[in-house]
Amino acid sequence: MATENFTNKQRTALIMLRVLIGWHFLYEGAIKLFNPGWTAKFYLLSSEGVFKSFYQTLAGDSMIGVIDFLNIACLLIVGLALILGIFERIGASIGIALLILYYFAHPAFPGLEQAGTEGSYFLINKNLIEAAALYVILLCPTAEYFGLTRYLRPSNLTTSNV
Amino acid sequence: MAKEKQKGNLSRRSALKGLAGLPVVGGILWAGAVEASQKKKIRENILKTLNINASPPPKTGPMSGDPIRLGIIGFGIRGPQLCRSLGFATKKWLADMKASAEKNSEDTRLASFLDQENLNVEITAVCDLFDVRAQEAADSFSTDKVKVKIYKHHQALLESPDVDAVVIATADHWHAPIAIAALEAGKHVYLEKPMTHNIAETYALQDAVRRTGMVFQVGHQHRQTQSFVTARDVVNKNILGHVSLIQANTNRNSDNGAWQYTIHKKASPDTIDWQQFIGNAPMIPFNPEHFFRWRKWWAYGSGLSGDLMVHDYDRVNCVLEMGIPRSVISSGGIYTHKDGRNVPDVMQINMEFPDFTTGSSQEAGKEKGMTMVYSATLGNQYSRTTALMGHDATMELGNRLTIYADRNSTRYRDMIDNETIDPNIPIYQYDPSANEVDGITSATAKYFADKGLLYTYRNGRRVDSTHLHMWEWLSAIRNGTPLSCGIKEGFEEAITAHMGGLSYKLGRRIDWDPVQQQIVPIEGFDLDEVLLTDTEKLV
Repeated sequence: MATENFTNKQRTALIMLRVLIGWHFLYEGAIKLFNPGWTAKFYLLSSEGVFKSFYQTLAGDSMIGVIDFLNIACLLIVGLALILGIFERIGASIGIALLILYYFAHPAFPGLEQAGTEGSYFLINKNLIEAAALYVILLCPTAEYFGLTRYLRPSNLTTSNV
Repeated sequence: MAKEKQKGNLSRRSALKGLAGLPVVGGILWAGAVEASQKKKIRENILKTLNINASPPPKTGPMSGDPIRLGIIGFGIRGPQLCRSLGFATKKWLADMKASAEKNSEDTRLASFLDQENLNVEITAVCDLFDVRAQEAADSFSTDKVKVKIYKHHQALLESPDVDAVVIATADHWHAPIAIAALEAGKHVYLEKPMTHNIAETYALQDAVRRTGMVFQVGHQHRQTQSFVTARDVVNKNILGHVSLIQANTNRNSDNGAWQYTIHKKASPDTIDWQQFIGNAPMIPFNPEHFFRWRKWWAYGSGLSGDLMVHDYDRVNCVLEMGIPRSVISSGGIYTHKDGRNVPDVMQINMEFPDFTTGSSQEAGKEKGMTMVYSATLGNQYSRTTALMGHDATMELGNRLTIYADRNSTRYRDMIDNETIDPNIPIYQYDPSANEVDGITSATAKYFADKGLLYTYRNGRRVDSTHLHMWEWLSAIRNGTPLSCGIKEGFEEAITAHMGGLSYKLGRRIDWDPVQQQIVPIEGFDLDEVLLTDTEKLV
């Protein structure tokens, strides 16, 4: 257990981080799920940077249906995994992959248009920071202390640890 | 006992830690569903109120049967473009586009051309007063089966039994004379805009079309633009309310946009039939600039009023069908391109339609009257939108349609009050191009594309509007299907353009008499003479 030597406060902070990121993913997924007209097409078509043609290919008629489905499914899976505390490492890994894909669709490189962002960024933007936070979650799992994983691994129910 | 109680508390605490995420998940999903359903409800409510149908394209028939044999008259700039819309590109264009596509993968011009549907036509004849161009067409379009014959004079081409129909893309002062001769020779005609160069020709051509019964189409290809067809539905459903003002604009700031075209290095009295080019214009010694840049002089061209205003006028006329304005006042000058031209490079044309109505949501008496303001400069390319401004809403018209409710609208008052409609956010947007990323680079091409003049969309695929306009014309010849820009529309376009030119040259208001169907005469002036006089202004 990477977090077994953590203090309760440190572990609680990690759990908060995990749930907050999960919250963000789940709501993004839910909004898209319940809005049948939503599509990633325009986000992909407006891609900039070196991978522009890759993203524009994803926006093509033959691909976009699958891409939209996968995006919503992944957002929901990451959100559920992190909030419920189950398969959190898989959730965190998918989350990192998604955020890196979002990052390179509109990378915060100098000279590129930063459409749809409210701040000022140089190389590092919120997608990258959230991906880094998920990397922490990946390395420091907390689901056995707070989450459904407690029921999947009863031997690890160490109630006094938190 | 105390220990057991503690154990019980601990297991409950433990269970809470395992399951605490569940209500959070439930809450988030509930919030997402509520938010999405509220937005959906508002959107559906607005769309239900508007009830706009993204209308299907006009119906045309099949291109089967024997090929239609075409003669091309005029192969300068527009001629080759029209030929490409028919499926024929010059060898040079194909080579240039191939090289460009290899360099830039976003350049889809060659791919779009090759992807065009076959219109089942043959080009059998070509006539251009510049030998080099005629030869280029013949060399490029001749096949083993069909040899393109070069004609020195259009009359000889029109007498050829190998020609069923002609495409006319000459200088403006030759439009009507050649079109009338073609109709009388029993040929169907596709004629570039403006339809005519003076008033008398407009009536003569109208008479020739009616008399001969041949199929006649004017080259306002934007009538095929999907968003314009939808715009008609918007107006018919009175979504805009009483439209009192329309603004339409031309903004260009390049040599090409100001008609400063390249003068071919092989241009000479030996390669150009100068006498024939001059036609009814005043004879002057051979001047290659006049030949290649004829749009800059009233003697051969029609200035901003006939060359570019007609695009905007017809874009609006195809949506509103408001016809010829009751009066026109123009002003402007030559302020940027002081290069010897005598047509203005800045021009404002105000067209009045005092009896026209698009309907109303207000009490009777507030539904009539509209001005269309066309404002043009060849010295700046700031993009100004075409807007139809109604009491209830404003519609931006281009390849995309966007409608904004007016803050003081009568029709949408309740929806604005209860914040269902925000006047700053479009209540409707129609973008048939949403599937495409365009790789067009030239400023003039972008100017035309944004206006919906270059291409349109069918089932999400980009299609050259001229190709569809040609299809419509050829289908009318083959199958008797209707035309969208025949003599009625051409007559309205031409008369309006001439009123704009006359007002500019005379510095006064020009009136249209709808009963007599004529421009109200002005004492002391022969209006056709005014139009044709090769000076900037007469008064």
